[in-house]
Amino acid sequence: MSYIPHTQEDIQEVLQVIGVKNINELFKDIPAALSPKSFKIPASKSEFEVTQALRKLSLKNATGLVNFVGAGFYDHFIPAGVDALAGRSEFYTAYTPYQPECSQGWLQAIYEYQSIICQLTGLDVSNASLYDGGTALFEAMMMAIRQTGRNKIILDSGVNLIYRTMLYTYTLNLSVEFVEIPVVHGQSSRGELLKHLDDRTAAVILQNPNFFGAVDDHSDIVNEAHKFGALAIASVYPVSLGMLKAPGEMGFDIATGEGQSLGIPLSFGGPYLGFMAVKNELVRQMPGRIVGATVDSGGKRGFVLTLQTREQHIRRQKATSNICSNEALCALRAAVFVSLLGREGLKELAAHNYQKAEFAKEELSRVKGVAVKRSSPTFNEFTVLLPKSADEVVRRMIEKGFACGFPLGKFYKGMDNYLLIAVTEKRTKEEIVRLTDSLEAVL
Amino acid sequence: MKLIFEKHKEGRRGFSYGDCDVGKAKPLAEKYCRKRQAHLACLSELDVIRHYTNLSRLNYSVDTNFYPLGSCTMKYNPKFCEQIASLDGFSQLHPLLPQLSGGGMLAQGSLEVLYESEKLLCEITGMSAFTMQPLAGAHGELTGVMLIAAYHKNKGSRRKYVIVPDSSHGTNPSSAAIAGYEVVVIPTGSDGYMDLVEYKKHLTEELAAVMLTCPDTLGIFNPRIKEIADLAHACGALMYYDGANLNAMLGKCRPGDIGFDVMHINLHKTFATPHGGGGPGAGPVGVNEKLIEFLPISRVIRRADGTFALDYHQPKSIGYIAPFYGNFGVILKAYAYILHLGREGLIKAAEIAVLNANYCQAKLKKYYDLPFNKTCMHECVFSASRQAKNGVHALDIAKYLIDRGFHPPTIYFPLIVKEALMIEPTETESKETIDAFIEAMIEIARLAEENPSAVTAAPLRMPIKRLDEVRAARQPDLNWKPLALFPD
Repeated sequence: MSYIPHTQEDIQEVLQVIGVKNINELFKDIPAALSPKSFKIPASKSEFEVTQALRKLSLKNATGLVNFVGAGFYDHFIPAGVDALAGRSEFYTAYTPYQPECSQGWLQAIYEYQSIICQLTGLDVSNASLYDGGTALFEAMMMAIRQTGRNKIILDSGVNLIYRTMLYTYTLNLSVEFVEIPVVHGQSSRGELLKHLDDRTAAVILQNPNFFGAVDDHSDIVNEAHKFGALAIASVYPVSLGMLKAPGEMGFDIATGEGQSLGIPLSFGGPYLGFMAVKNELVRQMPGRIVGATVDSGGKRGFVLTLQTREQHIRRQKATSNICSNEALCALRAAVFVSLLGREGLKELAAHNYQKAEFAKEELSRVKGVAVKRSSPTFNEFTVLLPKSADEVVRRMIEKGFACGFPLGKFYKGMDNYLLIAVTEKRTKEEIVRLTDSLEAVL
Repeated sequence: MKLIFEKHKEGRRGFSYGDCDVGKAKPLAEKYCRKRQAHLACLSELDVIRHYTNLSRLNYSVDTNFYPLGSCTMKYNPKFCEQIASLDGFSQLHPLLPQLSGGGMLAQGSLEVLYESEKLLCEITGMSAFTMQPLAGAHGELTGVMLIAAYHKNKGSRRKYVIVPDSSHGTNPSSAAIAGYEVVVIPTGSDGYMDLVEYKKHLTEELAAVMLTCPDTLGIFNPRIKEIADLAHACGALMYYDGANLNAMLGKCRPGDIGFDVMHINLHKTFATPHGGGGPGAGPVGVNEKLIEFLPISRVIRRADGTFALDYHQPKSIGYIAPFYGNFGVILKAYAYILHLGREGLIKAAEIAVLNANYCQAKLKKYYDLPFNKTCMHECVFSASRQAKNGVHALDIAKYLIDRGFHPPTIYFPLIVKEALMIEPTETESKETIDAFIEAMIEIARLAEENPSAVTAAPLRMPIKRLDEVRAARQPDLNWKPLALFPD
């Protein structure tokens, strides 16, 4: 089965028009010596067989656990309208809207997505999406390096380790100097950070809430960075922006983040959504597609891909980024998700996350041996200190039906007994109480 | 159509989370809270559903229109693959679960999909190993070039240049530059192949890699490709294969057998996952033995007992290029597609894709200039130079095709062909559909002779006419600005 509509007669007719006897003649430019040495692919299985086999495999994944694992990737409820709209094949079987006249639906949707990202982050301009939160942060860092002509990066270690590691990988062959600032009591250390700020600094990179769940107001750090002509970059969790101070309000120049929490399933790590918003003066340094509004020859509003001279298909090796395909369908999901919720729904979502996490903190602090870290306020994720290895506790809690959190010892030396717990709006009071009881039993 | 923000009505609500079952907590201190609220439209659920449903109807897509966009392989996207990707067991799986102690067993289904997909891609391409992590084609290129850099570094050499032909995709030179290399561009000769005389001049000890697309962006398979690879290897450089055009090669020729050291595959092209209006794609990277030890962390392995696990112990790895294991949802669809097509189905896909492209070429070459008159592979590239003399440019042809209900071919690419029209019909389009497209193209050629303004006036049947792109770039309007109706 190849979804090929050709009948034998069609093929014969076409061969005749081309002027060859058989299809093999069309491959004559491939030298015989380059024929495949092997091509051992299993024979076709029917749609039914493949579906059954993969359904069976899907059941080998334990998605039935009550999930308190976040660490940058969250288990949020997705309203049915998101799947219904993103599942319209007029959206998902189109490609990049190069031809605006037959792509206004996509172009307007992306323009609206860009507007939503600007509203959430409090910044001026958004692009049409990047791959994920990590690559978005790398692109933001490179923008700062180009914009300032400097190469020193001050990186707060409250930034998700996965993203920090990605930044190191991408810069292996570039001359970028990183200074990593340790987190003190779960928060950005002002003293250490300011000590390293100087006129060689291209950017300060912070995360809010940070990896430990701590909420901060980074306005003071941003202000200091600007005094040295450095840019300030924030990696943010969009659901938290229904409540928390927006990066734009703190003066950040660039905000990036993982948009998965906005209506995109966890799906074992992708596809996700990298978003980016910047101040106006940085727009020409931006990576990726950008949609703009303009008018047609009759004066009617319409939308096009714009500022394309930044991009690889025009600027080639001098482009601001090599990105071509992005995550448009995930951006659409995010736009639909936010539109369904609306202004009030997003506030409500943030409030539920905050309240449930606070409730969980209260419950857990009653468990003997569990210390809930309270040195900083948190949003929907927080750190607890256990009397034994968090790894061990997690393993035992899995047996009880809980993915109870992320053991911080995996990412941070000396934190073996720390557990990072995320509580989204999906977790019920009953589940939180059961988590507490089970934890008590395990400890 | 009105913007969604312009449909806002104060006091209207759509989705609600209901009452919070844990009651109110002490509020977060004000200094951490936003003061200026996000201006998001307040709408009913039906408002939102209708808005986006109506927007969707303004798009051309594979499911509604013939979409011969060259280099993009807009083949039919099977529906059962979508259904599989949305199974709860796959879509609800948190990516950190297998990294929890004792958690590897919680993700056996997904790890098996990754493991088996890798094995299938190895067999299809002749490479030794794949990383499924790269999130798109260009991301795969960047990963591939970083692997090449790690290889040279490991050998203690510091090479400077990467060669790309002038017919390459823009992502090739861009990816090489972002990985820290200088780019050397080799021109295309009058025969349509990369100029070998010029190529040989740059085969030095400073050369890190040669990046090639094969068949190239003219849709041509270069019979001397092995010689090009051997020459690069002789000076210690590696060969990179841009897999954008792999659809033509399935079961016919494998990059690994030619001697390519590293390659990426655009799963959304060759393996029929939807293009999603610009993404998500997936760009797995395959390597031969030389480069395995440098592949990104982590790798999926199969234990002796048949279970699957993630291996993080790779001291020479370049590190993390993606947060997890790739665009899993996309990989899963491609895996289902490959299993369903099977060996014969894949070969047949390549054959009919090439047949359809040659049919377009044969039928249209009387009417449009064919810069390189050769048997093409999965796509053919014409020039509208003849029509341009009468004022009908590639862009005008594209707009007229839109009026006729066809998504236009890729235009003005590759850059080496003036007024380029790059047509990739794919294997899933019927002869009737292609005939209708050919008829429209012939009609345009005739109009270019007899009545050019009929073409240059297009499109006339779409909701908008041609847009002022200069204004869009000079006076950027990149997002909606709140009006008075949104109180602060």
